[in-house]
Amino acid sequence: MQLMGIELLLKGNNFLRMLSGLWVAVRISLVSVILSIGLGLIVGALMTVQNKVIKTVMRLYLEIVRIMPQMVLLFIVYFGTTRVFGINIEAELSAIIVFTFWGTAEMGDLVRGALISIPRHQYESAEALGLSKLQTYLYVILPQTLRRLIPLSINLITRMIKTTSLVMMIGIVEVLKVTQQIIEANRRTSPNAAFGMFATVFMMYFIVCWPISLLSKHLEKRWSDR
Amino acid sequence: MSIKNEILKIEHLHKAFGENVILKDFDLSVKSGEVIVIIGPSGCGKSTLLRCINGLEDIQSGKIYVDEQPVIQGSKDLYEIRQKIGMVFQSYDLFPHMTVLQNITLAPMKVQKRKKEKVEKEAIELLSRVGLADKKDSFPRQLSGGQKQRVAIVRALCMHPEIMLFDEVTAALDPEMVHEVLQTMLELAQSGKTMLIVTHEMSFARAIADRILFLDEGELIEEAPPEEFFTSPKTDRAKKFLQTFEYSKK
Repeated sequence: MQLMGIELLLKGNNFLRMLSGLWVAVRISLVSVILSIGLGLIVGALMTVQNKVIKTVMRLYLEIVRIMPQMVLLFIVYFGTTRVFGINIEAELSAIIVFTFWGTAEMGDLVRGALISIPRHQYESAEALGLSKLQTYLYVILPQTLRRLIPLSINLITRMIKTTSLVMMIGIVEVLKVTQQIIEANRRTSPNAAFGMFATVFMMYFIVCWPISLLSKHLEKRWSDR
Repeated sequence: MSIKNEILKIEHLHKAFGENVILKDFDLSVKSGEVIVIIGPSGCGKSTLLRCINGLEDIQSGKIYVDEQPVIQGSKDLYEIRQKIGMVFQSYDLFPHMTVLQNITLAPMKVQKRKKEKVEKEAIELLSRVGLADKKDSFPRQLSGGQKQRVAIVRALCMHPEIMLFDEVTAALDPEMVHEVLQTMLELAQSGKTMLIVTHEMSFARAIADRILFLDEGELIEEAPPEEFFTSPKTDRAKKFLQTFEYSKK
C-alpha cells in the first residue's frame, strides 16, 4: 500500500484507541514522576547524611536500580509477588511501583549531587542570621537545589516516559500494544501498516516529550539570569 | 572609657580539631560599643574564634557568653543568641536566588517575625546609607564584590545585632573595592556598634580599633591600644609579625 498504513488511523475508532493507549503510558509516567520527585528529595537528603548504615543502604539501593533492567523489576513485582507472597498487584500499580522505585533512586542521586554542590557558606551564613535548620533548607538550600535539579531531572522524566513502552510486557494495553493490535487485526487489508503506524507512535512520544524539554530550556534560561 | 555593659565574655576557651589545637585557654571581655581588631599570622585561630562565638564551631572547653547568655552549640537558645550576633564572612555569602532586598529581609521576617513593610523600609534606609538603595532589586551576581560585602553588612545589621563579627571581609576583594567596604565599617564603628574584626589591613586596624589583639598559634600574645601596638609592640612575635608588612631595599 502506498499509504504505509496511515489510513488505518481513520478506520473505526483506531486513532482514539491509540490516544487512550498513550494516556495510559502518560498516566503511569506522570504518577511515577511525581512520586519519584517527592521521594527523591527525601532519598537525596538521606544520601548526604554522614551515618554509615544509611549511606550503605542508599548506595546499595542505587546500585541495584542501576544494574537491574527495568523489565526484570517489572516481572519480579508483577509475576513474582503473586506466587511468593500471595498478593495480587494490578499491572498498572506494578508498573507505577517499579517506575517509582527506579525514579526515586535516580532522582535521589541527582538531588544528592545538587545538594552537595551548594557551597558550605550558604548554610553557614543562613545559620549565622539565626535561621533554624528547617528554615535554612526551606528558604536557602532547597530553592537553589531545585534550580540546579530541573535540567537534570528533565532527562530522567523523558526517559521514564519512553520506558513505559515496556509495560505491555506485563499485559498493560498502552499505546504500543494498541498499535500492535491494530496492525495485527488489519494484517490482510494493510500488510505494510507497521511502518506508518509505528511512525505515528514515534510522533506521539515526541509530542509528549518535546514540550517538557522546551520547558526545561525555558526555566534554565530564566533562572540563569538570577 | 566609661563603664559600659559587658556584651561578650570568653573564659578559658579551648578549641581543637582532633590533635590540632587552635585556641588555647583564651580569655576576652568586650564592652558595649568597643571595636576590637584581631590580627595575627594565618592559621593563628582568629577566624575560628569568631566562628566559635556564634556557635558555628563546637568548643572543647571553656565558656562563651553573649549578653550574659551562654553560647552552646546544638542548644535551642543558639538561634536566639545568633540574632544578637551579626556576622559577615570572607566569601560572598549572599543568597544567589534572591534579590538584594529579599536577602536582607529574609531573616528579620522569618526569624524575628517582623512586618514586611517595616523591614523593607528599614532595609532601604540602611542600603541608602551604604549608597546602594538603587540596587535593591538586583541579584547578587549583578553586583561587584565590594557591593556584595556592603549588602552582607546591611543584611546582618537589619537583624539589630548587639555585636558584629567581621571575618576578613575584604580578603577576597580587588584593592579598589576594599576601601568602600572598610569605609562602611568605619562609619559603623563611629555610630557606636560593638565590633570584632579579623583583618589583614593594618592601617585600617589602626584607624578603627579601640583595642588590638595579637594572636599567634592560638594564644593571645599581646593586647594594646592601636597606637601603642603599632609604634612600640612589646613582644618579639608581634614585632616580627609587623615587620612582614614593611618593605625596604637591602
